[in-house]
Amino acid sequence: MTKSSGANRDAAEPRPRRGEAQEGASNLRNPLARVLGQGSAKEGVHHWWVQRLTSVALVPLTVWFVVSLLSLPSLDHATVVAWMGQLWTAVFLILLVLTAAWHSQLGVRVVVEDYVHGSGAKALTLALVTFFHVVVAVAGVLAILKVALGGAV
Amino acid sequence: MYRYTLLTSITNRATGIVLSAGLILLVYWLVAIASGASAYHHARAVLSLGVLKAIYVILLATFSYHLFAGVRHLIWDTGAGLERAQSKRSAAFVVIASLLLFVGLAWWALHAGGHAP
Repeated sequence: MTKSSGANRDAAEPRPRRGEAQEGASNLRNPLARVLGQGSAKEGVHHWWVQRLTSVALVPLTVWFVVSLLSLPSLDHATVVAWMGQLWTAVFLILLVLTAAWHSQLGVRVVVEDYVHGSGAKALTLALVTFFHVVVAVAGVLAILKVALGGAV
Repeated sequence: MYRYTLLTSITNRATGIVLSAGLILLVYWLVAIASGASAYHHARAVLSLGVLKAIYVILLATFSYHLFAGVRHLIWDTGAGLERAQSKRSAAFVVIASLLLFVGLAWWALHAGGHAP
C-alpha cells in the first residue's frame, strides 16, 4: 500500500489488478475502464480506440461495397453514375472512403513506427503517410460528391 | 509460444498494407468516374489491364483475410478467446472462413454480368 512513489502514476488503477496481471493471458489486455483518458497513455489509447472504432465501422461498409459493386449489372459510366446518384450510395461511399483512409493511416503508421528506424526518417515517413492519406480521402470524397450532385457528365 | 498468433498477426498487417494500396485504386476509380464519360473510358482501359486483374484477385483474398482476422482481433479486445487452445482454433477458423469467402467472391466476380472492368 505505501510502497513506491510510482504508485501515484496509476492511482486510478484498482490495486488488485497488479496481482491479476500475472495469472493468465486474458489479463494482458487493457480494459477500457483502466486506460481511457488516464495518464501518459492518452495518445496511444486514442490511437488504439480509433483503430477499433474504424474496424467495427468498416465491417458493414466494406461488405456493403463489395456486394454492391458485384451486384451492378455493368461497370459502364452511365450505370455507375446512376448508382452513385442514389443518396444512400453516396453516403455509404463517403463513409467508406473516410473510414478506410483513417484506418489505413493508423495501420500504416504502426508499421512505419516498427520498421523505419532513425527518428528523422521515421518522422518524414510518418508525415508523408499522413499527407498521402489526407489527399486520398479528400480526392475520394470530392469525386463522390461531384458524381452524386450530377457533375460527372 | 503463440506461434499461430504471431503468424496470423503478421499476415493481418501485410494484408492491411495491401488493402491500403487497394484504397488508392478505389479512389482512382472514383476520380475517373467524376472526370466524365470519356475520361472514365480511358481509365477503364487502364483498370482492365492484366496486371490489375491479378491485383483484384489479390485484393479479394486480402480483404477476405483481413475481415475475419480483424474481427478476431476485435473479439480478443473484449478479453475473450485469448487462451492458447482458443486462439489456435480461431486461427484455423479465420483461415478457413477467409478462404471460403475468397472463393465465393472470386466466383461471383467471374460470373457477374458485364464485369471485366
